[in-house]
Amino acid sequence: MSTNEKISSPPVKATDTAAAGTATAEVTDEDFLEEEYTPGEADGGMFGAVPAKKAQHFWPSARRLMGLLKPERAGIIAVLAMVTVAVVLNVIAPRILGQAMDVIFAGVVGKQLPSGATKDQFIEGLRSQGQDNFADMLARMDVVPGAGIDFQKLAFLISVVLVMYFVANIFLWLQGYVLNVLVMRVVRTLRDDTEKKLNRLPLNYFDTRQRGDILSRVTNDVDNIQQALQQAFAQLVNSALTVIGIVIMMFIVSWQLALIALVALPLSGVAAGMIGARSQKLFAAQWKNTGELNGQIEESFSGHDLVRVFGRDADMLARFDERNEELYRASFGAQFVSGMIMPVMQFVSYLSYVGIAVVGGLRVASGAMSLGDATAFIQYSREFTQPLGQMAGMANMLQSGVASAERVFEFLDADEQDAETATEHLPAKTDGHVEFQHVTFSYSPDKPLIEDLSFTAEPGHTVAIVGPTGAGKTTLVNLVMRFYELNAGSITLDGVDITRLSRSELRAKVGMVLQDAWLFGGTIYENIRYGKLDATEEQIMAAARATFVDRFVRALPDGYNTVIDEEGNNVSAGEKQLITIARAFVANPSLLILDEATSSVDTRTEALVQKAMAALRTERTSFVIAHRLSTIRDADTILVMEAGRIVEQGRHAQLLALQGAYYRLYMSQFAGEDADAALADSAEDATAVHS
Amino acid sequence: MLVTLMRRYSKPYLPYIAAVVVFQLASTIAALYLPSLNAQIIDEGVSRGDTDYIWRTGGVMLIVALIQVATAIAGVYFGSKAAMAFGRDLRRGVFRKVSSFSARDVNVFGAPTLITRGTNDVQQVQMLMLMALNFMVATPIMCIGGIFMALREDLDLSWLVWVSVPLLVVVVGYLVVRLMPLFRSMQQKIDRLNGVLREQIIGIRVVRAFVREPHEAERFGAANKELTDVSLKIGSLFVLMFPAIGMILHISTAAVLWFGGQRVDAGEMQVGSLTAFLQYLLQILMAVMMGTFMAMMIPRASVCADRIGEVLDVEPSIHAPLTPVTPAAKAGRVEFRNVTFAYPGAEAPVLSNISFTAEPGQTVAIIGSTGAGKSSLLALLPRLYDADSGEVLLDGVPVTQLDRAEITQRVAMVPQRPYLFSGTIEHNLRFGKPEATDRDLWEALTVAQAADFVRDKKGGLDSRIAQGGTNVSGGQRQRLCIARALVTEPKVFLFDDSFSALDVATDARLRRALKAKTADATVIIVGQRVSTIADADQILVLEDGRIVDRGTHEELLESSTTYQEIVESQLSAEAVA
Repeated sequence: MSTNEKISSPPVKATDTAAAGTATAEVTDEDFLEEEYTPGEADGGMFGAVPAKKAQHFWPSARRLMGLLKPERAGIIAVLAMVTVAVVLNVIAPRILGQAMDVIFAGVVGKQLPSGATKDQFIEGLRSQGQDNFADMLARMDVVPGAGIDFQKLAFLISVVLVMYFVANIFLWLQGYVLNVLVMRVVRTLRDDTEKKLNRLPLNYFDTRQRGDILSRVTNDVDNIQQALQQAFAQLVNSALTVIGIVIMMFIVSWQLALIALVALPLSGVAAGMIGARSQKLFAAQWKNTGELNGQIEESFSGHDLVRVFGRDADMLARFDERNEELYRASFGAQFVSGMIMPVMQFVSYLSYVGIAVVGGLRVASGAMSLGDATAFIQYSREFTQPLGQMAGMANMLQSGVASAERVFEFLDADEQDAETATEHLPAKTDGHVEFQHVTFSYSPDKPLIEDLSFTAEPGHTVAIVGPTGAGKTTLVNLVMRFYELNAGSITLDGVDITRLSRSELRAKVGMVLQDAWLFGGTIYENIRYGKLDATEEQIMAAARATFVDRFVRALPDGYNTVIDEEGNNVSAGEKQLITIARAFVANPSLLILDEATSSVDTRTEALVQKAMAALRTERTSFVIAHRLSTIRDADTILVMEAGRIVEQGRHAQLLALQGAYYRLYMSQFAGEDADAALADSAEDATAVHS
Repeated sequence: MLVTLMRRYSKPYLPYIAAVVVFQLASTIAALYLPSLNAQIIDEGVSRGDTDYIWRTGGVMLIVALIQVATAIAGVYFGSKAAMAFGRDLRRGVFRKVSSFSARDVNVFGAPTLITRGTNDVQQVQMLMLMALNFMVATPIMCIGGIFMALREDLDLSWLVWVSVPLLVVVVGYLVVRLMPLFRSMQQKIDRLNGVLREQIIGIRVVRAFVREPHEAERFGAANKELTDVSLKIGSLFVLMFPAIGMILHISTAAVLWFGGQRVDAGEMQVGSLTAFLQYLLQILMAVMMGTFMAMMIPRASVCADRIGEVLDVEPSIHAPLTPVTPAAKAGRVEFRNVTFAYPGAEAPVLSNISFTAEPGQTVAIIGSTGAGKSSLLALLPRLYDADSGEVLLDGVPVTQLDRAEITQRVAMVPQRPYLFSGTIEHNLRFGKPEATDRDLWEALTVAQAADFVRDKKGGLDSRIAQGGTNVSGGQRQRLCIARALVTEPKVFLFDDSFSALDVATDARLRRALKAKTADATVIIVGQRVSTIADADQILVLEDGRIVDRGTHEELLESSTTYQEIVESQLSAEAVA
């Protein structure tokens, strides 16, 4: 029985124009990227494309940043309560210190007065002498003429203050501890979220961005957010409460002086607002530049060998310098502008300090106020400076944090691949019957790639896909893997439309060996086990032997424990490919996809691997993309693709007999004298099959 | 290391730093003078009821405050400038150093940690520098000035200063010592997190194909947890700091009042002096606290500095010759003389006793099994590695004695892993020769059989290329890499299995076109397909790092069993016949 009957469309002979167009009519995976790419959302790239300019959304991002703390509501409330207690105590304490000061002052004054008379007698005496000021001052004091400082009272007051401070600091410590724990929890979740997001992004997301920039978002930016939340959040609350508390205390002590001090508040508000608006922009620029520089560094280090070989070090350094200079400019601006806040706020508070010193002095001198109150007030006004300055500093930190948060959110908000709509499941034992029905697919609407493509792969069959590079071969298998969604038509696995399966269930049935041999930084053993995490050592060894990994691993000093590093000079490219094949072997899938799986493997080893793979393929359906026709000859079905269409399909001999696209492809392998001989032989083969 | 780095890289900014010192000195003295003026208001003005004096002194205070803010801002300006420029230069230093690394040196560290060291680590040291410039000058002045002023007010209370300040230093010192190892660990965890994530992005297709998202999430989660754990430990030490310092501060205040009160009662001290003393003490402790702020940054920064230093201290394993030799000819003659080479740490050499000559106009092909040392052999010519023994000569001069420019002018390589940089096609093509004309580019593309698909793209030469070239198919990537090498018009072409992803038709066309283009050049080609190498002038059959056979295709078909095996494994029987 010929496989022909199972193929939904009969062998087609390509038209001459289509055949001639092998090179001209290539429609490729990447065309869509140019459409998808908009300068706003992609980074500059190694060579600095259009710099991304985006609107800053400070408040929405800030709100969202705070929203991250929502799951920790209880903890946050506890933290706020503790901060409040600490602040209240911290604010009241100076007032009591002021009273202690009064006790000392009263003692001093009292000592100067001769004992024997009462305070009231003295005041009257003073008034009669016309010393009204001194009399008024004395009247407000708790003076016992002749007696010195009341040390008992002083000791009591000091003890009270100490206890208050002690309690306040304990609460501050507790609060910091709790906040630390919950901020870490939030940040850890945020990092995990970014990683999970990575898995939900469509593949083309990674094509428009530098790895280093994505990495920078997850490390540098999240780090910065952590600092902002940890330090700025509690401090900001602390400082704000302190300011309020101090203002209240000031009013209690003297409302006239309090009004002077209060002038400072709106003044500092305006100053901070003006400076803050500028620094926010600069911070955003700073973090964007950090990301881009990270991207550039990552890329230069990744392509290190090439830079060396082409002698482009100086050029790369020049590019680096450019970006580095931009980062310098942005970060200098951010630091200078935000650094100005502190002195400016300090100046504003100095103004009120001077005002209070003068007016307070005048009032004490006139007896309208006690010296203790005045010192307490001065103390307050100095303490006022600190939280205001802190608030400004923390506001900056928050701004920087929000700028980072915006970058992280931007990543988290990127469009995801279609949501899962899994309604059906595959049986445990899948046959591997794959059917393409009128599949139409393109990466961008105006560039059709695959149109109305139909074919069937029977269980256990090997389907070889051949055609010029860029014809859409890899796209075809990507569709089976559901890396991309169809525009029309359907693909079924064992009769089930793959869109009705969850991606993970579908992919778990498929073993794929890709063109780029990717291995992670672990041992060879771990890398093979990656195909099936619960594989036994026996299974892994069996896979390694079948794929000839075992042969070269034995020669390595560390054997299976050899760690694969990125540059991988201990394992050659071909050997890496063998390991990826072993990895798929261990997975033992129902469906096997080999995309140029052995392109870097030497042909003798390949021939051996082929034998092993032939055994592997017998029980499962496999799709094989290869340029070496020797790999293809034995396939049950050969699909010849050109420009996204299947121009011919059939078996090797049949296709040769057609003398169409496949024939030309095959013949071009043996340019020159060999071709005729090959042709003659193949023709014989073909006749043999047909007869 | 920290000190060394800071000293070395801040040298060009000494004038800025000097300015910072001057301005901060001025602003600090102004700040210190204010409480003293305030004390005068109380002592001279209030107690004597001298209103005029109060007003006058108030005016002076205002002027002093103005001077203070102006000088403080100037200080911040120069401080930020110096610190950020310092960071920029340090980053540049790291980048420059890594650029000079050989592949071997890069491997010692691994790319992820080099990236963290070049960015995050530098950032930490830079922040310390900034803090240092903003506070390091003001802090000692505030501290010493505060002590001086306090002592001037009352010498007998000074013992309070001598008790509280060292107490603070001890507390801070204890925390710093505890924090140091934690920070070292933290930077390593950041490396690890970076590494895991980077790997995941690079291998995203494989991760998805094998449905290993949960596994990767677990790996990332583990790295994340480790980082979080360390950060938690650091955080819980950090939160101890301020309450502890606050407590010391407040106890000191209480002590001043108590003991000061006794002295005032005894008539040994004025009340005004007491308030001033209190303020100065607060100032001193505040200064110490600011110093503490910085001290807390020192552990992390010094760990980072050590890591940066490790990179900067590497003596690149491949260095430029001290007295470069300029070859007489620029022909591209390549000769290997008894070359033996082993990768660092490997037991057996990957290449043993390799000798061959490739003359200009000749094509030398290398074939052999996977892992036989083919790529390693090519890597020796552009000095990605240096041979352990024997010599690699280019135009008669050992490559180790050539200026690197001499090599890059002659040699172009198409690597086995066809890597493209993010940017546009044009950027990538001009990579080896920025001054190439558009015509040069198209010519190279035509030879590389890439002109059609590039022309077909909407953007043409401006079409965007993703990092690594992942958005073009494998075959297109290889062709672009070939075109990139062609643009440089080298004397020696190194093709490292550069046709593997091409279909046979394209491969054949490309090789035909190449032949004309490389007629005068030396071509060394590593290939798997016999068809790719069959017409080479000389074919070297490599087995386990040794040349086992050499000759032309026909000769080897006669004499070499290994070669016969290779041929048989791929050319179907009928084609060989």
